[in-house]
Amino acid sequence: MKFIISRYNPETDQAPYDQTFELDNSQLSADSMLLDALHLIREQEPSLSYRSSCQEGVCGSDGMNVNGKNRLSCVTSLSELGDTITLKPLPGLPIIKDLIIDMELFYTQYKAVKPFLEAKPLDLEHEHLQTPEERSKLDGAYECILCGCCSTSCPSFWWNPDQFAGPAALLAARRFVVDSRDIKHIDRLKELDSPTQTFRCRHIQNCTDACPKGLNPSHAIQELKSIMVKEL
Amino acid sequence: MTFTDSFPTETFDALVIGAGGAGMRAALQLTENGHKIAMVSKVFPTRSHTVAAQGGVNAALGNVTPDKWEWHMYDTIKGSDFLGDQDAIEFMCQEASEIVRELEHFGVPFTRLDNGKIYQRAFGGQSQNYGEDQAHRTCAAADRTGHAILHSLYQQNIRLGTTFYDEYYAVDLLKNQAGEVNGALVMNIHNGEYKVLQSPHILLATGGAGQVFRNNTNASINTGDGLGMVLRAGYPLQDMEFWQFHPTGVSGKGMLISEAVRGEGGKLRNALGEAFMEKYAPRVKELASRDVVARAIAIEVNEGRGCGPDKDYVLLDISHLPNEIITERLPGIREISQTFLGIDPVKDPIHVYPTCHYMMGGIPTNIAGQVISPDKNGNQQPVKGLYAIGECACVSVHGANRLGGNSLLDIVVFGRKAALTIHESLVNTPASNNVTLDLSAVINRLNRWLKRNDTSSNDSVTQIKKDLQHIMEKGCGVFRDQATMQNAFEELQGIQQRLENVCISDFSNVFNLERLAAYELENLVTIGFATVTSALARKESRGAHSRVDYTERDDENWLQHTLYFQKNHTLTYKPVNLSPKHHKSIEPKPRVY
Repeated sequence: MKFIISRYNPETDQAPYDQTFELDNSQLSADSMLLDALHLIREQEPSLSYRSSCQEGVCGSDGMNVNGKNRLSCVTSLSELGDTITLKPLPGLPIIKDLIIDMELFYTQYKAVKPFLEAKPLDLEHEHLQTPEERSKLDGAYECILCGCCSTSCPSFWWNPDQFAGPAALLAARRFVVDSRDIKHIDRLKELDSPTQTFRCRHIQNCTDACPKGLNPSHAIQELKSIMVKEL
Repeated sequence: MTFTDSFPTETFDALVIGAGGAGMRAALQLTENGHKIAMVSKVFPTRSHTVAAQGGVNAALGNVTPDKWEWHMYDTIKGSDFLGDQDAIEFMCQEASEIVRELEHFGVPFTRLDNGKIYQRAFGGQSQNYGEDQAHRTCAAADRTGHAILHSLYQQNIRLGTTFYDEYYAVDLLKNQAGEVNGALVMNIHNGEYKVLQSPHILLATGGAGQVFRNNTNASINTGDGLGMVLRAGYPLQDMEFWQFHPTGVSGKGMLISEAVRGEGGKLRNALGEAFMEKYAPRVKELASRDVVARAIAIEVNEGRGCGPDKDYVLLDISHLPNEIITERLPGIREISQTFLGIDPVKDPIHVYPTCHYMMGGIPTNIAGQVISPDKNGNQQPVKGLYAIGECACVSVHGANRLGGNSLLDIVVFGRKAALTIHESLVNTPASNNVTLDLSAVINRLNRWLKRNDTSSNDSVTQIKKDLQHIMEKGCGVFRDQATMQNAFEELQGIQQRLENVCISDFSNVFNLERLAAYELENLVTIGFATVTSALARKESRGAHSRVDYTERDDENWLQHTLYFQKNHTLTYKPVNLSPKHHKSIEPKPRVY
């Protein structure tokens, strides 16, 4: 199996370049994941850098561009990728080294939508009540793992990562807009009602295509627009 | 080049090292109290391993079945096989309801009951009225409770503006001229630059060390960094022989299949189709505590009743449950089964086998979160300036076996408590930054990894780690005996020798993951020694420490905590606390489920 991996070390390289690695099929099994292969390649080349941690698709560390699509290496089965696999860092953000990108802008956008519950103060003898129906509105939004696969597949985010919240942040924004416990509903909508925020989304839907957790940020942004039309 | 003793220095009221649930809860408290703190994490905070916790967090809310903190306390003491400290367990269980409601207020999207209250599921080892009917005590956000809690705590830290040092690795603790812990040396993983973070209060929340075993549910970052730091600073580790093997890891791979699966009604079957837990725990069956279920599975496989071509796993079956239970309450489990086993548990059983999951031992602390170490006269005293919480700590609320749902509880209860301890101390004595720190030991350590290969050695950090994991799996697994553990100890000495000789090949500064792995390996090897040394000495079976050559619990000789010191692999012991403050003592008795 052949791996063409984008390499870049800022201490020695002017620009990224591709390096090819081979793994013998005997080193891999039918159910090997891409991350297993990367670990084996790192044994050949200890300087190869990529992030990884949980190895089961919940920590969101190992987003990378795999044969042109943004994915998590630990939940991507090698069997679906063909004999030649091309790996690049997630696109649209600065490369730190090899497959590792600088996600600072992505996190800044996330923080800017105030992704935290602001509920009515309540004593610790009580919980906020929420019906199963109200709670079910959070399904499909709270599960985001901040891997960045969606936002770094979004042309609008590529264009203005410093201005546009991007799909991950807007998915988080919607999660708090629809949380029945939150008391900043209208304030949140007003802040999101801007040409550089919700309305910079052109519904290209790369985000939904890329999400390794099967979430639908594109739909969440549509919903935000629809709530704004009705409530603002 | 070599390092000398000049590093940029920054000063703080407190350092929190580790951004999992424990560190994050502590940081939130300290920031809220107005202190200047640094939260140091080797990964972006939401990548911390709390994110992978699935089933839930225990509290006697009584939303589904009647409940009391006293019953929770009893179950936890029994679950711990009576090694847990009863005063600490009492404190944790008393705090539980308030701390879970607080998490709800922080935004955790708990699953809800029809009346709008937090959903609670049944988990192993839980009972009503001191050992009677099954209790439903585990508060859940589907089967992603850890993710929900970690993200909510991070979000609240964003709200308060906590200062984060993301992707900084804590290398070692630093002491002042009086020998007191007063700072830490950290490395910025982005550029390889080192920095001294000076503070009179260092809170370790560095999580577990499951990477010391080959097959584990842990993230690759779980390398026991805080434990290594504490040992090198001359302080002990407690009860390191007690490692929880979770009964249901994905066979051959290790990913966690939550106890929630059994709590929602999942059955374990062997190759003959028998629901074998009836033999081992006639009353509560699949919901016996984890050590009991893990041993049952290992026995079924050892006696030839395993499934598959190699007869090396058993089946966890939920196909009889209504589809909506699986899709609403166990969606993450379904996803893991589909991704890693290619099966849909709605129709097909999950292949499971015990896998290393949790470290009951750790850095000894008191209820206030202060690290405790014996003084010259053998009296247990707080170590000035040093605190530990969460999985890296041993307070001890889990004793010889942790109950499911008590880990997420432990991290938030003691995260808040330790932060309040530091807060009180800062109110009385503001942080002083006029301190000289001794850097000699850590500089030697840094310089050691600048050594270049002058032989043709093919050895590598990765290979040593793999061999260490095999030794530990073989020598200190679900079942143990003197000969295999003694053999493991000798093999560990070979590992130590190789660690001293091995060189790295990458000397770059930006995201040098080989150097990072070398620092981590130094910690893992110390943990291997602590585990095997402690386990060899304990000549009884208790909780997760199960010896085929000493099959019974021996309260007369072994109702005590182990303390391991790195120097000459020394062990001492201290008594178990059997004196809760508000409840009568729970007397040790045979443990039957």
